[in-house]
Amino acid sequence: MAESHLTRHGRSGPVTYLLRAFAIVYLLLLVAWPVALVVTHTFDDGLESLRAVFSDPDTVHALRLSVLAAAVATVINTVFGVGVSLLLVRTEFPGKRLLSALLDLPLSVSPIVVGLALVLVYGGRTGWFGPTLESWGIQVIFSTPGIILATAFVSLPLVIREVVPTLREIGIEQEQAALSLGASSWQTFWRITLPSVKWAVVYGVVLTLARSLGEFGAVKVVSGNVLGETRTATLAVEEKYLNFNASEAYAIAFLLAGVSVVAIAIISILRSREKKASS
Amino acid sequence: MKQVGLGIVMLWFSLLVLIPLSAIIVTTTDGGWANFWRTVTTPQTAHAIRLTVTAALVVTLINVVAGTVIAWVLVRDRFPGKALLELIIDIPFALPTIVAGLVLLSLYGNDSPLGLHLSNSSTSVYLAFLFVTLPFVVRMVQPVLEELDLDVEEAAASLGASRFMTFRRIIAPSLTPAIAAGAALSFARAIGEYGSLVLLSGNLPFTSEVASVRILSAIENDNPAGAASIATLLLLVSLTVIVVLDVIQRKVASRG
Repeated sequence: MAESHLTRHGRSGPVTYLLRAFAIVYLLLLVAWPVALVVTHTFDDGLESLRAVFSDPDTVHALRLSVLAAAVATVINTVFGVGVSLLLVRTEFPGKRLLSALLDLPLSVSPIVVGLALVLVYGGRTGWFGPTLESWGIQVIFSTPGIILATAFVSLPLVIREVVPTLREIGIEQEQAALSLGASSWQTFWRITLPSVKWAVVYGVVLTLARSLGEFGAVKVVSGNVLGETRTATLAVEEKYLNFNASEAYAIAFLLAGVSVVAIAIISILRSREKKASS
Repeated sequence: MKQVGLGIVMLWFSLLVLIPLSAIIVTTTDGGWANFWRTVTTPQTAHAIRLTVTAALVVTLINVVAGTVIAWVLVRDRFPGKALLELIIDIPFALPTIVAGLVLLSLYGNDSPLGLHLSNSSTSVYLAFLFVTLPFVVRMVQPVLEELDLDVEEAAASLGASRFMTFRRIIAPSLTPAIAAGAALSFARAIGEYGSLVLLSGNLPFTSEVASVRILSAIENDNPAGAASIATLLLLVSLTVIVVLDVIQRKVASRG
């Protein structure tokens, strides 16, 4: 092990330093420096801009709405994601490969296209299902359910992408043992399957939460951006910035960025711990 | 039990994803071919589509090179602060797109400490695409590079191959599928990008306006058929690229 490590990093010449310098400068200019500037801008006037954010009821409402939509979308996508993963890995059915390919679709569709797609189906006036739903008293577009749908759409595959490989890896021996010893399939799921994919689910949930909280384009199309009602935190960043309230825009952006950086930090710590435990 | 589960899963997936996406195609076909063609060839829209596709292609090429180099440095090099670089790579994934735009504006906008004023220009579109697509190639190439057998490289080197030749003949072929997959993801992401551009590019017609902004203005002008036309075109472009790259990947994999 030690020897292969030596060779792996052994051939360091001028090219190595050149590549290292390139990577560092590239990431510094593209990501690190700009992100650092947003942090310093937030605290230009000390804690004033953060205080302003939390004392504006409309902004607080926007933050609450974002958290609510993200939480509901994450719960839906977690239950759906674990269910789909089990079906994809543990069962056979016609069209399985197609379904598995289609499940990745939300990651490569433009958020604006997502919003448009939902409006075409659930729009109150001309949507396919919208008028019927509205006659039952359910408004989807320009309302909270629409925001939740848009959020759930864009973060749909994240849990599945984490859980499927882990399910494949653990195999079915333990599950079969449990079943042959008389456990019901429900018991087997709760006692055997779920505990062994626990970490994959946790990663998926954290990624889904971060992605959901930050969704902008799709939510912009379906929400109508009504102040104090359907305006989310990301929409508030845009609105504040365009209305020359840059300091509050920076403060909300700082809060959102903080959540996402904490999320990826948690995952990378958990992952390296898991790696150490397994090696 | 399985049938019930499959039923619920398919119902929800259809209601959330499949039916809405097919509504876009149906709305476009309802409008007819003439309407589709008129919409996407309107000078303003055609310019936006050209800018989007060009920028997405250029940025994907840059990512292929820069992403591979960064993955290489992360796997093969060792220096203090490398763990921090690992974290930085993931930031564009996790950062809300509107915040990404604000972030870039702070270094490349009008208050730029570098004296760069890239906002409201077509360059800002390239910049935003570069930011949001940064992790794709890196994260696809990194695990493959980690698995790569060093013995082969050492053998090549001991037989007198230069570093460049070793890279071209030994390393590059095994990385190609991963690079292609990363490139496909990065292209698809760039084609549909919206959030990071809102504050940065100013969405100026014929300068910095991209395709997704045209879709949004069509929606706001109550022109769903027009919006669906551009959306269909975007869906087709990303689908084509993904299929083409998938074919390349299969070819490379079967040769190796």
